[in-house]
Amino acid sequence: MTDLAVVSTGLTKRFRSGQVAVNTVDLAVPYGSVYGFLGPNGSGKTTTIRLLLGLVRPTAGTHRLLGSAMPGAAARVLPRVGALVEGPAFHPYLSGLDNLRRLDAADRTVEPRSAGARIDAALDRVGLLAARRKRYRHYSLGMRQRLAIAAALLRPRDLLILDEPTNGLDPQGTREVRSLLSALSATGTTVVLSTHLLSEVEQICSHVGVMHLGRLVAQGPLAELRARTAPSVEVRSADAAGAARVLTELGLTEVVTVGETATGVLGGVVPEKVVAALVHADVPVRGFQVRSADLEEMFVQLTGEGFDVSG
Amino acid sequence: MSAVELRARPSTRFFRSELWLIFGRRRNWVGMAVLAAVPVLLIIAVKVSPPGGGGGPDFVNQITQNGVFAALAALTLELPLFLPVAVASISADSIAGEANLGTLRYLLAVPVDRVRLLVVKFAAIAVFALAATLLVAGVGALLGLAVFGGGPLVTLSGTTLPFWAGVGRLVLVCGYLTVCLTAMGAIGMFVSTLTEQPIGATIATLVLTVGSEILDAIPQLAVIHRYLPTHYWLAYTDLLRDPVSYDQVVPGLWSATAYILIFGAAAWARFAGRDVTS
Repeated sequence: MTDLAVVSTGLTKRFRSGQVAVNTVDLAVPYGSVYGFLGPNGSGKTTTIRLLLGLVRPTAGTHRLLGSAMPGAAARVLPRVGALVEGPAFHPYLSGLDNLRRLDAADRTVEPRSAGARIDAALDRVGLLAARRKRYRHYSLGMRQRLAIAAALLRPRDLLILDEPTNGLDPQGTREVRSLLSALSATGTTVVLSTHLLSEVEQICSHVGVMHLGRLVAQGPLAELRARTAPSVEVRSADAAGAARVLTELGLTEVVTVGETATGVLGGVVPEKVVAALVHADVPVRGFQVRSADLEEMFVQLTGEGFDVSG
Repeated sequence: MSAVELRARPSTRFFRSELWLIFGRRRNWVGMAVLAAVPVLLIIAVKVSPPGGGGGPDFVNQITQNGVFAALAALTLELPLFLPVAVASISADSIAGEANLGTLRYLLAVPVDRVRLLVVKFAAIAVFALAATLLVAGVGALLGLAVFGGGPLVTLSGTTLPFWAGVGRLVLVCGYLTVCLTAMGAIGMFVSTLTEQPIGATIATLVLTVGSEILDAIPQLAVIHRYLPTHYWLAYTDLLRDPVSYDQVVPGLWSATAYILIFGAAAWARFAGRDVTS
C-alpha cells in the first residue's frame, strides 16, 4: 500500500473507563489528497488523531504513516508530519517567537542554523510576524490558532494532520488558512483535516472520511460519496400542489411542498422530462433547479443524525 | 514525497531550551529572590546586633569572625524548607506543567522521545538544584566577606583552616547538598508523571520531604531512619570537621544515588507507555 500516506487497520482504542472511542477504523488517505475527516463532536476524530501520532496507544490495530509502521518509526516519520491536535497549546509567559524556538529546539533532525529563518517564514505564512514578540498570554484565540499552524509549518512537511485548523478564526483568517492549505496541497503535501464545517470540506477536500460513534462509516473521494446520494429537483410555482402532483406522477420520491416550492428526489428520472411534464400539465413554473445532494444531507444519510454530540 | 532520510543529531538545544524555560520564568526569579534574601537578612541582623556568643546556631556566632560562615548559616536555615520548596516546585512542574498547558502533546509530536524528555527534564532539575544552592551560598559568602571580611575557618573539630581551604570546604558542602536536593528532584519528577496538576505534584513532593524530616525526628522510628530520603542531609556538617568525616557523607551519597535511580526508573515506567490525553 505505497500509495497511501496514512493507512490504518482495525485501529481501536478502548479507554480504561470501558468507553470505545475508536472502533476498528481502517483509514486510507492517498498521497497528495486533502482528506476531510468529518464527524460530530465526540465521534472519535481527536482520539484517532492522537492514535496516529502515537500519543495514545491502540488497544488493537496497526497504522502506518508515510509508509512506515508507527509507533516504531516515530523518530524518523514524525519530523515529516506537522500536527495540530485539539487546539493550540503553548507556554503563556513566552512570546509566540520563543514558543516556536522551543519546539524547533526539541527537533534534533533540523539544521539549528536555519532556525531563525524557518521560524520567521512560518510566522509570516500565518500572518503573525508583526505579533511575534507578544506574549502568548495576550494572543487572541485566532492568533493562538495561527501560531499552532505556524508550529506545524516549522519545516517542510510531507503530511499535515490538522484538528479543526480554522477553529476560532474570523472569516478573513478562515479564508487565509484555506488558501494556505490549498497552496501546500498543490506542492504535494498530504493534508488530513478534521472538521465539523461542511463548507470547509466542500471547498478544499478531495477525499472524505466520516466518523460516527467511533466508527468510520464512509470513506472515499468526495465526488464518489456524493454520487451515492441522489440529486433532487426544486420547482417554484404559484401552484406548488399541482407541481407536486406532477412530480409524484413521474415517479419522484420524497415529494414535499413548502409554500411555493415543491421538491422531490429524481431517482432515475431525467430533469428535462420533469420540465416537459410540468409545462404539459399547465403548471406555471417560476423557477426550476436541479440540486445534487449537499454535503449536509449526505452526512445525515450516512450517520442517521445531524450534528448532535455523539454519546 | 521526499525520500530524504532524516537523521537525529546529538544536540544540546532542547536542554538549553529547558534551562531557559526554568531560569527565564518570572515566577522562578521571585523564588530565587526569596532564597537569596535569607543570607542578606541574616547578615543585616548580625551586623545590627552581633551575637553575644553561645546564643544562636554555631555558624551564626562565627559570621563576625569570617564572612564565609554567612553562607553556611544561610544554607542551614534554608535546608529544612526553602530549598526543598524551590526544588519541589521545579521538579513537580517538569511533566505535569507541560501536561497542564497541553504543550506535552506537541513536544511528543515533534517528536521528543519520552525517555529523552525525562532525561532532559531531570538534568535541568539537577542544574536548578545546583544553582539554588550556589545562589544561597554565593550571596551569603560574598556579602558576608564584604561586611565582615575574611579570615581563617574554625572547623567543628576546633582546628583552624586557612581562608582558601575554608572556601574549599564550602564548595564541598554545596556539592553534597546539590546531590541531596537532586535526589528529592527525582522524587518530584516521578510525582509529576502521575498528574496533570503541577500544584498538586508540588504539594505531594513537599509532603514527602517534610514527612521524611518528621519521621527522622521520631527516635522510636530509628530502624527506618537510614532509608528516609532526608536522613543524611545534615551530614554536610561532617565536611566541616578536621579531618573530614565520611561516615555519614558516603552513605548519604549512596542514598541519594539510590533515590535517583529508583524514582528515575519509576518515572520512566509510569510515563513511557502512558496515554497522553491532555
